[in-house]
Amino acid sequence: MATTSNFTSALARVSSFAKAAPFFKNRASKAAELAVDETLERLLGESYAARVARMPLHLGDAGVDPFGFDPQFAKYALLWVAWMHRKYFRSEVFGIENVPKGAMLLISNHSGQVPIDGMMIGASMFMDAEPPRIVRAMVEKWASTLPFISLFFSRVGQVTGVPENARRLLEQGEALLVFPEGSRGISKPFDQRYQLTEFGLGFMRLAMETNTPIVPVAIVGAEEQFISIANVERLAKLLRMPAFPIIPQWFIPGGQFPLPTRYRIYFGKPLTFTGDADEEDGAIEERVQSVKQTIQSMLNRGTKERKHIFW
Amino acid sequence: MKPSVRPPRSTQPSDGRQTVLVTGVCGRLGKRLVRALHRNVNVVGVDRRPFADKPKDVVHEQLDMRRKKLKDVFRNFKIDAVVHLGIMHDPRASAAEHHSWNVAGFSKLLDYVSQFSVPKLVVLSSANAYGPQPGNAQFLTEDSPLLGGQNFSDIRDLIEVDMLAQSFFWKVPSTETVVLRPVHIVGTVRNAASNFLRLSTIPTVMGFDPMVQIIHEDDVVQSIVHALAPNKRGVFNLAGTEPLPLSRLVALTGKPTVSIPYAIAAPVLRQMWNFRLTTFPAPELDHIRFVCMVDDRRSRDELDFHPKHEAKDCVASLSSGKW
Repeated sequence: MATTSNFTSALARVSSFAKAAPFFKNRASKAAELAVDETLERLLGESYAARVARMPLHLGDAGVDPFGFDPQFAKYALLWVAWMHRKYFRSEVFGIENVPKGAMLLISNHSGQVPIDGMMIGASMFMDAEPPRIVRAMVEKWASTLPFISLFFSRVGQVTGVPENARRLLEQGEALLVFPEGSRGISKPFDQRYQLTEFGLGFMRLAMETNTPIVPVAIVGAEEQFISIANVERLAKLLRMPAFPIIPQWFIPGGQFPLPTRYRIYFGKPLTFTGDADEEDGAIEERVQSVKQTIQSMLNRGTKERKHIFW
Repeated sequence: MKPSVRPPRSTQPSDGRQTVLVTGVCGRLGKRLVRALHRNVNVVGVDRRPFADKPKDVVHEQLDMRRKKLKDVFRNFKIDAVVHLGIMHDPRASAAEHHSWNVAGFSKLLDYVSQFSVPKLVVLSSANAYGPQPGNAQFLTEDSPLLGGQNFSDIRDLIEVDMLAQSFFWKVPSTETVVLRPVHIVGTVRNAASNFLRLSTIPTVMGFDPMVQIIHEDDVVQSIVHALAPNKRGVFNLAGTEPLPLSRLVALTGKPTVSIPYAIAAPVLRQMWNFRLTTFPAPELDHIRFVCMVDDRRSRDELDFHPKHEAKDCVASLSSGKW
């Protein structure tokens, strides 16, 4: 044991070099925090703390909720997301007043190669909804094995994608975001834009089982952020990736950023479905189709209404 | 398997008090349990270690659970309840010794419990039987599969103990069997979680900070007292404190920390283990990488057990003097 502690304390000494000169570090971090607070206040129109105070949260003594969401950590992530929402994509939000108070399932189309659409729904629910809400999305299990990434997801309120977690969150009255198209939707090539692909059935069973209203969401503008000319499925399979899109702009300097399209986010009226959650697929499929049609018609209206992709 | 003639039960004075047999009584948890019990019930302790500072009214039988002598304890006393704490988890002990102690010894005990129609059996298992996994639900219920041995084969016999107790629950319905699965027990006890928090510099895995639950040893003792009440049976998770990030727990100890990338930590720890420089086997790193938290609604509702201690109490009692 003695050797162990010698070894670890030696390591601690090494890592404490990073903590050297605490005076400058404290100064710098305080200044940075102040800058973050000010920028957020400008983007939100009120202080971050005031907005968080109105959120329905279940924080413990440590200031973290049971799923690991930490508002103090999320502040830094929100800074970027809020800036993208307000300044970069200049999102227009419609029907946010349709969002109910308690538990809900946000069902949305998924597009744009990189899941920025999820972030923007989250930003909108936090910045535009009243009271502000935190959106929970289910993250692929594999992500929890990744250092830093798993930590980041957990602290900004995302949870591991298992049905038990979904059920528990809905019981707790949270807003759960589901993309029933999954990776089929996000990696669609450009010629199939705004055409919904096949929907999974899981969300409908979950909604029926827990008696949760479904809020249909349509996002217009994400399809044009990265233009994919094809999805090479063979290569994707070979590399064990969910998709392998060919995105020419990624080869141009600066093209790694999404194009500054204008996002339009439509929140529909909540739909409720009743019945036995264990019914056969056919019966569930019918209900899923009605949700899908609602989202498709919202998408059609949105693409028709907009005057230009970029403004 | 029932004995043809019921053996005489005479040694114990018939004062109307219940008699509770506690195995592994000389462990730190066992001693605390005895202190909580002995004023209200007669306690018979069984352990192969001597019980130095035992309370006067406690009977201690120093014997190996695998020996026939254990049966004499059942013959001589009218046992009303058995609390099984005598589980060996010493990663340095051989696998054969582990297996014969934990599985063979426990099977013997179960035989006697059914032979002598003991009405109550309480087994202390652990939430670690579920195992820390990247795909774990945030809160595991009692129905979740016990996958702890998947990446850490040394604890398979501990899972077997849990399974044996569960099958006993169904096989012998006349005995009320209670299986308790507490999360990491923290306090004066010498287990991996408490030893980890006692390190002078606490290592963490870089980029991981799972939510954890810990439970104070006295809360575990109280849960056993609750489980001994009549008409309580089944498997119960014990969650202890409200969940908090591992980093906050470590910060409560006020000790320096060092974060090491997993790719370095795992092989280094494996080598240190081989050279006997550490008490932590490398697979235990998963406990500071992934969540393994439990849903304790069942124990709150059915057992009426509500843990009292907070995380800071647990940390404070890590180094508090005598057991």
